[in-house]
Amino acid sequence: MSQSTTSEAQLARETWRVSRKRRSTLTAIVSTLVFAVVAWLLLVNTPGWSRVQTSFFDWDTAVKAFPRVLDGLWLNLRVLVFASISVLIVALLLALATTLRNPALTPIRLLAKGYIDLFRGTPLIITLYLVGFGIPGLRIEAFGRIAPEILGTIALTLTYSAYVAEVFRAGIESIHPSQRLAARSLGLSYSQSVRLVVLPQAVRKVVPPLMNDFVALQKDVGLISVLGAVDAVRGAQIEVAHFANFTPYIVAGLFFVILAIPTVRLTDWLAARMAKREQMGTVL
Amino acid sequence: MTEIDWSKPRLLAKNIRKNFDERQVLKGVDLEVYPGQIVALIGSSGSGKSTMLRCLNLVEELSDGQIWLDGDEISRPGINDDEVRANIGLVFQSYNLFAHLSILDNVKLALKVVQKKSDKEATEIALGWLDRIGLADKANQYPDKLSGGQQQRTAIVRAVALNPKLLLLDEVTSALDPELSGEVLELIRDLKNSGTTIVMATHELSFAREVADWVIFLDQGVIAEEGEAADFFANPKNARTKEFLARVI
Ligand SMILES: Nc1ncnc2c1ncn2[C@@H]1O[C@H](COP(=O)(O)OP(=O)(O)OP(=O)(O)O)[C@@H](O)[C@H]1O
Ligand SMILES: [Mg+2]
Repeated sequence: MSQSTTSEAQLARETWRVSRKRRSTLTAIVSTLVFAVVAWLLLVNTPGWSRVQTSFFDWDTAVKAFPRVLDGLWLNLRVLVFASISVLIVALLLALATTLRNPALTPIRLLAKGYIDLFRGTPLIITLYLVGFGIPGLRIEAFGRIAPEILGTIALTLTYSAYVAEVFRAGIESIHPSQRLAARSLGLSYSQSVRLVVLPQAVRKVVPPLMNDFVALQKDVGLISVLGAVDAVRGAQIEVAHFANFTPYIVAGLFFVILAIPTVRLTDWLAARMAKREQMGTVL
Repeated sequence: MTEIDWSKPRLLAKNIRKNFDERQVLKGVDLEVYPGQIVALIGSSGSGKSTMLRCLNLVEELSDGQIWLDGDEISRPGINDDEVRANIGLVFQSYNLFAHLSILDNVKLALKVVQKKSDKEATEIALGWLDRIGLADKANQYPDKLSGGQQQRTAIVRAVALNPKLLLLDEVTSALDPELSGEVLELIRDLKNSGTTIVMATHELSFAREVADWVIFLDQGVIAEEGEAADFFANPKNARTKEFLARVI
């Protein structure tokens, strides 16, 4: 029986690794601190700093604006939920349409591609104006007055589904064609092979980029304020006008940051986990 | 070994042609396969072996020709080709198994969605087949945790579990090193003994000589020579065949 004792060489290596790790942590902390202090000093010594401080970072205003901004954020959250769901559905359909092989369905494929090009190219703000003021402008009796948040959700869906469709398409195309062929030769129909074989694998692969788009959407829900929806941004705007002070914008901004952090962390974690699985633990 | 019934061919293919754009890949190939027979398709790379198998399975559209399975024409217009494919298994070189499913679920999938078997019944059948290839204890593993040979054997039993009338094997061992390909060949021998009808494209000529009843040498999209395995390898007649055999053996 051989006893497993750690060799001299391994001990030396481990000591060196620990010291190297300690050194790089220390370097990171010190350089960050130095940078922060320098940036801070530069900022507070600018000629207008005290004016900016009172008009953007006023504690009393922040406290007073808080309830209305929070109230508005609730609307952003609801829009976020509805927009996310409809984006996923529309994007998936678009992606499937662009990956159709059957020549008889070429018109559908081309339509989907045209849609994606159009809405990926159009700035979101313009889509928002078009939908937000264009649809009500049609004066369709049956619709009545459509709430701005609904119009905003539609515009967000139009733009984001075009982006997300491309993500899904990349995922679908990354699945080896043999997988589809294997499914079909077992007698699965086209739709069964897509639903049971291609999509489950494709979706798994695109989770990290999807999450990135979700983070972007989390911020862009704030743009529905341009249509007059009283969300966190519009709420902040009202308070800004009321107090003649910009602090409420900072409050709204912080809300969005706090909203984004969990998703951003989760995205990083997922991406790291997938990378790890693929690289099998190399250090390079 | 089961006796071969010569009265009714399992598969009959006449004048199979396949063009990719201007390029003629198959230039009129005929094929007869009888129940319980193993037919080996050999030929150099690019001769059209894979294309032929894919045409038989209707994954490629024919450019010309007709195919009958048990006397029923499967190349006729308007046929339900999903149904046809459910009766003809096809296994290829690699990437057969669905990466997101355990090997048990790989085998169960078509049993459930194509043959509409209950979960319990599908599990029973699938476990039976996995047991036959010695992988029952790995049933819940994902394909990437298995060796190449284990993956290929699972892919083959996944097709066989559906009880197809015909099994098409496209160089199922060529991505494997000799030891692992030995395991797979063993399974094919086993299937032959239980009467499975097989058409296989292969580079393993000694294996073809051993198990195949009939050997077809495909050369640039036409059959250059065919014959009973023993005779084919012992006395090749065509000059191209002789050249090919001399080159690869
Ligand atoms: N989808 C396709 N489009 C265009 N050409 C193709 C297609 N599939 C096959 N071919 C061509 O048809 C010819 C025959 O290919 P095939 O794969 O049938 O040969 P093979 O005999 O199986 O060769 P190998 O031993 O390398 O597998 C090749 O020249 C190939 O380039
Ligand atoms: Mg081939």
